[in-house]
Amino acid sequence: MNNIIVLPMVIPLFTAIILIFFLSYVRVQYWLSLVALVITAALSGYILELIQREGILRLDFGQWPPPFGILFVADSFATILVLTASIVSALILIYAYYAGQSEHDHPRFFYSLILFLVAGVNGSFLTGDIFNLFVCFEVMLLASYVLITLGGRKRQLRESVKYIGINVLSSWLFLVAIAYLYGTAGTLNMAHLAERMAEAGPTPLITVISILFLIVFSLKAGLLLYFWLPGAYSAPPTAVAALFGALLTKVGIYALFRIFSLLFYHDPFVSETLLGIMAALTLIGGSIGAVAYNDIRHIVAYNVVIAVGFILVGLAIATPAAIEGSIYYLIHDMIAKGLLFLLAGTIVTLTGTGKIEEMSGLIRHYPLLGWLFFIVILSLVGIPPLSGFIGKVLLGQGAVQAEAYLLLGLAFLSSLFVLYSLLRIFLNCFWGETTISEGEETPLRKGLIIPSFILAMLMFGLGLGAELLAPYVKEAAETLLNPNLYIEPILYQ
Amino acid sequence: MKINDVILQTVTKIAVFIILTFAVDLFFAGHHHPGGGFVAGLVFASAFVLLGLAFDLETVRKGAPFDFKKLGALGGFLAVGTGLLALIWDASFLTQTFITVSLPIIGELDVATVTLFEAGVAFTVIGVVVTVIMGISEGR
Repeated sequence: MNNIIVLPMVIPLFTAIILIFFLSYVRVQYWLSLVALVITAALSGYILELIQREGILRLDFGQWPPPFGILFVADSFATILVLTASIVSALILIYAYYAGQSEHDHPRFFYSLILFLVAGVNGSFLTGDIFNLFVCFEVMLLASYVLITLGGRKRQLRESVKYIGINVLSSWLFLVAIAYLYGTAGTLNMAHLAERMAEAGPTPLITVISILFLIVFSLKAGLLLYFWLPGAYSAPPTAVAALFGALLTKVGIYALFRIFSLLFYHDPFVSETLLGIMAALTLIGGSIGAVAYNDIRHIVAYNVVIAVGFILVGLAIATPAAIEGSIYYLIHDMIAKGLLFLLAGTIVTLTGTGKIEEMSGLIRHYPLLGWLFFIVILSLVGIPPLSGFIGKVLLGQGAVQAEAYLLLGLAFLSSLFVLYSLLRIFLNCFWGETTISEGEETPLRKGLIIPSFILAMLMFGLGLGAELLAPYVKEAAETLLNPNLYIEPILYQ
Repeated sequence: MKINDVILQTVTKIAVFIILTFAVDLFFAGHHHPGGGFVAGLVFASAFVLLGLAFDLETVRKGAPFDFKKLGALGGFLAVGTGLLALIWDASFLTQTFITVSLPIIGELDVATVTLFEAGVAFTVIGVVVTVIMGISEGR
């Protein structure tokens, strides 16, 4: 019994509820939610350390032993993601507070909804029960439905109809898939399921169910089925878009990793071939999208798609090095995409347009913004010592070991497309003659640039401090590759 | 539209009390039998909706002069709060407990913390349903 592992979900949830009583006090709401997220981040750091000492932790809700009750399970993989998600969302919250004065003027439930979203995200990472995974997904999605429409501009409403439609459909498929799984295996506890799947082997029925889960999570993660993503992620205000870009698809990716490493790894056709093909097509489609658009928000949104493909190449290859690379890259991508969306949004706010050909010479007035953008480009491409490097190297190493040269080639080719698409923004927006004369530029408030600066520093920290993180990532990859390490502490201790 | 409301309003005046009593009964039945906070909350909210239909929303608002959004939040607070209370006694999150007390007339009675949790669920359901119905009918 380790009550501490429920806190990363309960603290944001409880704070979000309390905030509803302080609707008219924006400052109180802001500080309460910031404190809640900082405490959550600190606690998840502590849990990560605890897992190193004591192994995988589990908490049976209401003291019902597994597989009868519902439970939370904290292994290194989940906890690293919880830690990153909490830090990134705290920083985005700071941005939202300072941006609010001009951008969306703090709708009343804004902070509550952000905390509900974080609670859903953290809950999805930590749950050890596939039905609760669905529930936590829904908590997260419901919050995101409201966040995407808050502000009520025409563009937001148009995109939200598509976003809600596609997500309700995929949630329904999710529920159907869970029902099939329960009908087949008779349990919903993930460890118990893993055991029964291993006993049953890849029967045709289980293969069909696994493909259904693949479709569901592909829709959520934006793997191949990403057609809804660029529109939805470019519509909401900057802070919300950053939160979506940094967290939402990552939860889908986490679920794919968890399900296909723990439950459905017996049929290599689904877990390797099909996943590999989908990842490859995602890389190609994302790359084409990223260079095809002239709107900075669309380019940035297509970069999310490319990263999804890249991370899932690691899962398709599934060697220890590749999985480790994927985990590093997943952490990196949460930070980098948060930063990229914040910077892109800041540029749009400052210039009042999203079209890259309509801006020029921004670096004269906003040098720090320009250099931060340059740093995030380098990091996403994978230049050492920034955080993208270690993930790309390990993933490449894994691909070479597994002789998956096609995936390797596509993955690294996509980096060039990332570089090209973002450099195009950089050249168009920051270089050249400025169109705004001295003294007439919109002032850039410190509150907007400080969170971006901290995120950039985190990317340096993650790149240089990869060695410090190595034991945790190694253990996370080991647990993913050996389902018994996950099953043992849950069912037999 | 207001012409033929007399019968509806008269029936409503009586029916609302029956519905509310039934809701309370469902709520307490939920401890050992079918029922519980969620269903009770729905039935409770339906009484408010019926009042709103028979009279108008102003009447409901006058009769229940509090913010239903806050009621929903209070419910969430109770439900999560009782879950967290277990942590003080070093039990797992959401652990519930009960004691049996003997009362005159009623006899043996289980006093359980889960009742508080269920009350939270009921408040949330009432708060959310009434807020949604009012939001829709205002046509904002």
